[in-house]
Amino acid sequence: MRRVLLFALFCLVLPGAALAVQPDEKLDDPALESRARELSSEIRCVVCQHESIETSNAGIARDIRILIRERLAEGQDEDQIREYLVSRYGDYILFQPPMKPATWLLWFGPGFVFLIGLTAVIAYLMKRRSGQTAEQLSDDEQRRLKQLVEEDTRP
Amino acid sequence: MLRRLLFILPLLIFAAAAAFFMWGLDPERDPGEIPSVLIDKPVPEFSLPPIRGSEPGESTSTGLSNADLSGEGITLVNVFASWCMPCRAEHSILTDLRREEDIRLVGINYKDEPDDALAWLDELGNPYDAIGADMEGDAGLEWGISGVPETFFVDNEGIIRYRHVGPIHETEIDDLILPILEELR
Repeated sequence: MRRVLLFALFCLVLPGAALAVQPDEKLDDPALESRARELSSEIRCVVCQHESIETSNAGIARDIRILIRERLAEGQDEDQIREYLVSRYGDYILFQPPMKPATWLLWFGPGFVFLIGLTAVIAYLMKRRSGQTAEQLSDDEQRRLKQLVEEDTRP
Repeated sequence: MLRRLLFILPLLIFAAAAAFFMWGLDPERDPGEIPSVLIDKPVPEFSLPPIRGSEPGESTSTGLSNADLSGEGITLVNVFASWCMPCRAEHSILTDLRREEDIRLVGINYKDEPDDALAWLDELGNPYDAIGADMEGDAGLEWGISGVPETFFVDNEGIIRYRHVGPIHETEIDDLILPILEELR
Protein backbone atom coordinates (compact mmCIF):
# COMPACT_ATOMS: atom_id res chain seq x y z
CA MET A 1 0.00 0.00 0.00
CA ARG A 2 2.74 2.39 0.98
CA ARG A 3 4.64 1.56 -2.17
CA VAL A 4 1.59 2.28 -4.29
CA LEU A 5 1.17 5.64 -2.58
CA LEU A 6 4.83 6.48 -3.09
CA PHE A 7 4.59 5.51 -6.74
CA ALA A 8 1.52 7.72 -7.14
CA LEU A 9 3.41 10.59 -5.55
CA PHE A 10 6.36 9.93 -7.82
CA CYS A 11 4.07 10.08 -10.86
CA LEU A 12 2.66 13.40 -9.69
CA VAL A 13 6.12 14.89 -9.45
CA LEU A 14 7.32 13.45 -12.75
CA PRO A 15 5.82 15.92 -15.29
CA GLY A 16 7.30 18.83 -13.39
CA ALA A 17 10.76 17.50 -13.96
CA ALA A 18 10.32 17.29 -17.73
CA LEU A 19 11.92 20.06 -19.77
CA ALA A 20 10.00 22.06 -22.32
CA VAL A 21 12.28 20.96 -25.16
CA GLN A 22 10.37 18.39 -27.21
CA PRO A 23 12.11 15.34 -28.63
CA ASP A 24 11.29 16.35 -32.20
CA GLU A 25 13.16 19.62 -31.78
CA LYS A 26 16.46 18.05 -30.81
CA LEU A 27 19.41 18.01 -33.13
CA ASP A 28 21.17 14.74 -33.94
CA ASP A 29 24.60 16.22 -33.29
CA PRO A 30 25.06 16.22 -29.49
CA ALA A 31 27.66 19.01 -29.60
CA LEU A 32 25.35 21.31 -31.55
CA GLU A 33 22.44 20.33 -29.33
CA SER A 34 24.32 21.30 -26.19
CA ARG A 35 25.32 24.63 -27.77
CA ALA A 36 21.66 25.20 -28.64
CA ARG A 37 20.67 24.46 -25.05
CA GLU A 38 23.27 26.79 -23.63
CA LEU A 39 22.14 29.61 -25.92
CA SER A 40 18.45 28.89 -25.23
CA SER A 41 18.96 29.20 -21.50
CA GLU A 42 20.07 32.81 -21.89
CA ILE A 43 17.23 33.82 -24.21
CA ARG A 44 14.17 35.21 -22.51
CA CYS A 45 10.71 33.97 -23.46
CA VAL A 46 8.84 37.09 -24.61
CA VAL A 47 5.51 35.70 -23.43
CA CYS A 48 6.38 34.47 -19.93
CA GLN A 49 9.11 37.13 -19.55
CA HIS A 50 10.80 35.61 -16.50
CA GLU A 51 11.52 32.24 -17.97
CA SER A 52 14.11 31.24 -20.53
CA ILE A 53 12.90 29.72 -23.78
CA GLU A 54 14.73 26.55 -22.69
CA THR A 55 12.07 25.81 -20.07
CA SER A 56 9.06 27.64 -21.49
CA ASN A 57 6.15 25.84 -23.07
CA ALA A 58 4.95 28.92 -24.98
CA GLY A 59 4.56 28.54 -28.74
CA ILE A 60 6.93 31.41 -29.51
CA ALA A 61 9.58 29.90 -27.22
CA ARG A 62 9.39 26.67 -29.19
CA ASP A 63 9.67 28.61 -32.47
CA ILE A 64 12.79 30.39 -31.25
CA ARG A 65 14.32 27.11 -30.00
CA ILE A 66 13.78 25.65 -33.46
CA LEU A 67 15.16 28.79 -35.10
CA ILE A 68 18.30 28.58 -32.95
CA ARG A 69 18.83 24.95 -33.94
CA GLU A 70 18.24 25.63 -37.63
CA ARG A 71 20.75 28.44 -37.63
CA LEU A 72 23.35 26.51 -35.64
CA ALA A 73 22.97 23.65 -38.10
CA GLU A 74 23.53 26.14 -40.94
CA GLY A 75 26.83 27.03 -39.29
CA GLN A 76 25.94 30.38 -37.73
CA ASP A 77 27.57 31.15 -34.40
CA GLU A 78 25.96 32.23 -31.14
CA ASP A 79 26.69 35.93 -31.66
CA GLN A 80 24.99 35.99 -35.07
CA ILE A 81 21.88 34.33 -33.66
CA ARG A 82 21.82 36.64 -30.67
CA GLU A 83 22.18 39.62 -33.00
CA TYR A 84 19.24 38.44 -35.09
CA LEU A 85 17.01 37.93 -32.05
CA VAL A 86 17.95 41.35 -30.66
CA SER A 87 17.15 42.92 -34.05
CA ARG A 88 13.65 41.47 -33.76
CA TYR A 89 12.90 41.66 -30.04
CA GLY A 90 15.41 44.13 -28.60
CA ASP A 91 17.90 43.69 -25.75
CA TYR A 92 14.99 42.55 -23.65
CA ILE A 93 15.26 39.07 -25.09
CA LEU A 94 18.73 38.60 -23.55
CA PHE A 95 18.82 37.70 -19.88
CA GLN A 96 22.26 39.31 -19.66
CA PRO A 97 21.92 42.91 -20.83
CA PRO A 98 24.71 44.14 -23.15
CA MET A 99 27.20 46.78 -22.06
CA LYS A 100 26.30 50.12 -23.63
CA PRO A 101 25.69 53.71 -22.45
CA ALA A 102 22.00 53.01 -21.74
CA THR A 103 22.90 50.12 -19.42
CA TRP A 104 25.94 51.66 -17.70
CA LEU A 105 23.84 52.54 -14.67
CA LEU A 106 22.70 48.94 -14.48
CA TRP A 107 26.23 47.54 -14.72
CA PHE A 108 28.15 50.09 -12.69
CA GLY A 109 25.39 51.46 -10.43
CA PRO A 110 25.96 48.99 -7.54
CA GLY A 111 29.76 49.47 -7.65
CA PHE A 112 29.25 53.23 -7.73
CA VAL A 113 27.00 53.14 -4.66
CA PHE A 114 29.58 50.92 -2.93
CA LEU A 115 32.33 53.44 -3.72
CA ILE A 116 30.24 56.27 -2.25
CA GLY A 117 29.76 54.24 0.93
CA LEU A 118 33.46 53.32 1.07
CA THR A 119 34.47 56.97 0.65
CA ALA A 120 32.10 57.99 3.44
CA VAL A 121 33.49 55.35 5.80
CA ILE A 122 37.11 56.26 5.01
CA ALA A 123 36.36 59.96 5.45
CA TYR A 124 34.72 59.24 8.79
CA LEU A 125 37.62 57.13 10.05
CA MET A 126 40.23 59.67 8.93
CA LYS A 127 38.33 62.44 10.65
CA ARG A 128 38.12 60.46 13.85
CA ARG A 129 41.83 59.78 13.87
CA SER A 130 42.81 63.38 13.14
CA GLY A 131 40.23 64.42 15.72
CA GLN A 132 42.18 62.52 18.37
CA THR A 133 45.35 64.50 17.67
CA ALA A 134 43.39 67.73 17.81
CA GLU A 135 42.29 66.87 21.30
CA GLN A 136 45.88 66.86 22.48
CA LEU A 137 46.77 69.98 24.43
CA SER A 138 48.77 72.78 22.92
CA ASP A 139 52.01 73.96 24.54
CA ASP A 140 50.25 76.84 26.29
CA GLU A 141 47.64 74.51 27.69
CA GLN A 142 50.34 72.07 28.82
CA ARG A 143 52.11 74.83 30.70
CA ARG A 144 48.86 75.99 32.29
CA LEU A 145 48.00 72.45 33.28
CA LYS A 146 51.41 71.97 34.83
CA GLN A 147 50.96 75.23 36.69
CA LEU A 148 47.58 74.20 38.04
CA VAL A 149 48.82 70.80 39.13
CA GLU A 150 51.81 72.35 40.87
CA GLU A 151 49.59 74.88 42.63
CA ASP A 152 47.35 72.09 43.77
CA THR A 153 50.14 69.87 45.07
CA ARG A 154 51.81 72.72 46.97
CA PRO A 155 51.52 72.13 50.69
CA MET B 1 28.11 75.47 2.82
CA LEU B 2 29.25 71.88 2.33
CA ARG B 3 27.82 71.06 5.74
CA ARG B 4 24.43 72.43 4.80
CA LEU B 5 24.51 70.39 1.58
CA LEU B 6 25.15 67.28 3.66
CA PHE B 7 22.02 68.01 5.69
CA ILE B 8 19.88 68.31 2.55
CA LEU B 9 21.35 65.16 0.97
CA PRO B 10 19.08 62.61 2.73
CA LEU B 11 16.04 64.65 1.70
CA LEU B 12 17.21 64.65 -1.92
CA ILE B 13 17.81 60.90 -1.83
CA PHE B 14 14.36 60.38 -0.35
CA ALA B 15 12.74 62.57 -3.02
CA ALA B 16 14.49 60.62 -5.80
CA ALA B 17 13.46 57.28 -4.29
CA ALA B 18 9.88 58.49 -3.76
CA ALA B 19 9.63 59.62 -7.39
CA PHE B 20 10.90 56.24 -8.52
CA PHE B 21 8.36 54.39 -6.37
CA MET B 22 5.53 56.61 -7.60
CA TRP B 23 6.49 55.70 -11.14
CA GLY B 24 6.59 52.01 -10.17
CA LEU B 25 3.15 52.14 -8.55
CA ASP B 26 1.48 53.96 -11.43
CA PRO B 27 -1.51 51.75 -12.33
CA GLU B 28 -1.36 52.98 -15.94
CA ARG B 29 2.09 51.51 -16.39
CA ASP B 30 2.28 47.99 -17.80
CA PRO B 31 5.46 46.39 -16.46
CA GLY B 32 5.12 43.54 -18.96
CA GLU B 33 5.27 45.87 -21.93
CA ILE B 34 8.24 45.29 -24.20
CA PRO B 35 9.16 48.21 -26.43
CA SER B 36 9.31 47.15 -30.06
CA VAL B 37 12.68 47.66 -31.73
CA LEU B 38 11.01 47.68 -35.14
CA ILE B 39 9.43 51.11 -34.71
CA ASP B 40 10.70 53.51 -37.40
CA LYS B 41 12.36 50.61 -39.22
CA PRO B 42 11.32 49.27 -42.61
CA VAL B 43 9.04 46.24 -42.56
CA PRO B 44 10.98 42.98 -42.31
CA GLU B 45 11.41 40.84 -45.38
CA PHE B 46 8.81 38.14 -45.65
CA SER B 47 6.71 36.45 -48.29
CA LEU B 48 3.63 34.45 -47.48
CA PRO B 49 1.27 32.43 -49.71
CA PRO B 50 -2.51 32.91 -49.59
CA ILE B 51 -4.59 30.70 -47.29
CA ARG B 52 -5.26 27.56 -49.29
CA GLY B 53 -8.09 25.36 -48.08
CA SER B 54 -8.17 21.61 -48.54
CA GLU B 55 -10.92 21.88 -51.19
CA PRO B 56 -9.59 23.00 -54.58
CA GLY B 57 -10.50 26.59 -55.38
CA GLU B 58 -10.99 27.45 -51.73
CA SER B 59 -8.41 30.12 -51.19
CA THR B 60 -7.92 33.78 -50.46
CA SER B 61 -6.88 35.64 -53.57
CA THR B 62 -3.39 36.93 -52.87
CA GLY B 63 -0.60 36.25 -50.45
CA LEU B 64 1.36 38.93 -48.68
CA SER B 65 4.96 40.06 -48.78
CA ASN B 66 6.95 43.08 -47.67
CA ALA B 67 6.79 44.43 -51.24
CA ASP B 68 3.03 44.94 -50.79
CA LEU B 69 3.56 47.30 -47.88
CA SER B 70 5.21 50.35 -49.41
CA GLY B 71 3.74 52.97 -51.71
CA GLU B 72 0.22 51.94 -50.81
CA GLY B 73 -0.67 54.58 -48.24
CA ILE B 74 -1.17 53.67 -44.61
CA THR B 75 -1.42 49.94 -44.06
CA LEU B 76 -2.47 48.14 -40.92
CA VAL B 77 -0.83 44.74 -40.66
CA ASN B 78 -2.95 42.62 -38.36
CA VAL B 79 -1.64 39.31 -37.05
CA PHE B 80 -4.62 37.06 -36.35
CA ALA B 81 -5.75 33.45 -36.05
CA SER B 82 -9.10 31.70 -35.92
CA TRP B 83 -8.10 30.02 -32.64
CA CYS B 84 -7.50 33.36 -30.98
CA MET B 85 -10.49 34.64 -29.04
CA PRO B 86 -9.44 38.29 -28.70
CA CYS B 87 -9.07 38.33 -32.53
CA ARG B 88 -12.77 37.55 -32.81
CA ALA B 89 -13.56 40.49 -30.55
CA GLU B 90 -11.23 42.73 -32.53
CA HIS B 91 -12.59 41.68 -35.92
CA SER B 92 -15.60 44.02 -36.08
CA ILE B 93 -13.50 46.96 -34.88
CA LEU B 94 -10.95 46.36 -37.62
CA THR B 95 -13.78 46.00 -40.15
CA ASP B 96 -15.19 49.39 -39.12
CA LEU B 97 -11.75 51.00 -39.24
CA ARG B 98 -11.15 49.66 -42.74
CA ARG B 99 -14.53 50.98 -43.90
CA GLU B 100 -14.40 54.39 -42.29
CA GLU B 101 -10.75 55.37 -42.57
CA ASP B 102 -8.55 55.78 -45.59
CA ILE B 103 -6.34 52.79 -44.84
CA ARG B 104 -5.47 49.37 -46.15
CA LEU B 105 -5.87 46.40 -43.87
CA VAL B 106 -3.80 43.30 -44.48
CA GLY B 107 -3.62 40.15 -42.39
CA ILE B 108 -1.00 37.65 -41.34
CA ASN B 109 -2.87 34.47 -40.51
CA TYR B 110 -0.66 33.10 -37.76
CA LYS B 111 -0.22 29.34 -37.22
CA ASP B 112 -3.74 28.54 -38.33
CA GLU B 113 -5.41 25.59 -39.99
CA PRO B 114 -6.29 26.89 -43.49
CA ASP B 115 -9.81 25.42 -43.37
CA ASP B 116 -10.48 26.95 -39.95
CA ALA B 117 -9.18 30.31 -41.10
CA LEU B 118 -11.36 30.28 -44.23
CA ALA B 119 -14.43 29.27 -42.20
CA TRP B 120 -13.68 32.07 -39.73
CA LEU B 121 -13.49 34.63 -42.54
CA ASP B 122 -16.69 33.21 -44.07
CA GLU B 123 -18.51 33.57 -40.80
CA LEU B 124 -17.31 37.02 -39.74
CA GLY B 125 -16.58 38.56 -43.11
CA ASN B 126 -13.24 39.34 -44.72
CA PRO B 127 -12.16 42.96 -44.26
CA TYR B 128 -8.57 42.25 -45.37
CA ASP B 129 -7.18 43.57 -48.64
CA ALA B 130 -4.66 40.73 -48.62
CA ILE B 131 -3.84 37.86 -46.30
CA GLY B 132 -0.68 35.81 -46.00
CA ALA B 133 -0.74 32.42 -44.32
CA ASP B 134 2.09 32.07 -41.80
CA MET B 135 1.70 28.37 -41.04
CA GLU B 136 5.02 27.91 -39.24
CA GLY B 137 5.14 31.29 -37.54
CA ASP B 138 8.36 32.34 -39.33
CA ALA B 139 6.94 35.71 -40.41
CA GLY B 140 5.71 36.18 -36.85
CA LEU B 141 9.30 35.92 -35.62
CA GLU B 142 10.48 38.35 -38.31
CA TRP B 143 7.91 40.85 -37.06
CA GLY B 144 8.95 40.19 -33.47
CA ILE B 145 5.48 39.35 -32.23
CA SER B 146 4.91 37.89 -28.79
CA GLY B 147 1.37 36.67 -29.39
CA VAL B 148 -1.82 37.29 -31.34
CA PRO B 149 -3.43 39.61 -32.07
CA GLU B 150 -0.91 42.30 -32.82
CA THR B 151 -1.30 45.15 -35.27
CA PHE B 152 1.46 47.14 -36.93
CA PHE B 153 0.85 50.53 -38.52
CA VAL B 154 2.96 50.94 -41.66
CA ASP B 155 3.26 54.26 -43.47
CA ASN B 156 3.43 54.93 -47.20
CA GLU B 157 7.21 54.41 -47.24
CA GLY B 158 6.88 50.96 -45.73
CA ILE B 159 8.19 52.07 -42.33
CA ILE B 160 6.65 50.58 -39.19
CA ARG B 161 5.38 53.48 -37.11
CA TYR B 162 3.36 51.91 -34.34
CA ARG B 163 2.81 48.47 -32.85
CA HIS B 164 -0.33 47.56 -30.96
CA VAL B 165 0.05 44.49 -28.75
CA GLY B 166 -3.24 42.69 -28.07
CA PRO B 167 -6.62 43.49 -29.56
CA ILE B 168 -7.53 47.04 -30.51
CA HIS B 169 -10.35 47.88 -28.17
CA GLU B 170 -13.33 50.02 -29.09
CA THR B 171 -12.49 52.53 -26.37
CA GLU B 172 -9.02 53.05 -27.83
CA ILE B 173 -10.19 54.15 -31.28
CA ASP B 174 -10.80 57.84 -30.56
CA ASP B 175 -8.03 58.44 -28.06
CA LEU B 176 -5.25 56.31 -29.49
CA ILE B 177 -5.79 54.88 -32.96
CA LEU B 178 -7.27 57.86 -34.82
CA PRO B 179 -4.62 60.32 -33.56
CA ILE B 180 -1.89 57.93 -34.73
CA LEU B 181 -3.51 57.59 -38.16
CA GLU B 182 -3.82 61.38 -38.32
CA GLU B 183 -0.13 61.73 -37.59
CA LEU B 184 0.82 59.24 -40.30
CA ARG B 185 -1.11 61.06 -43.03
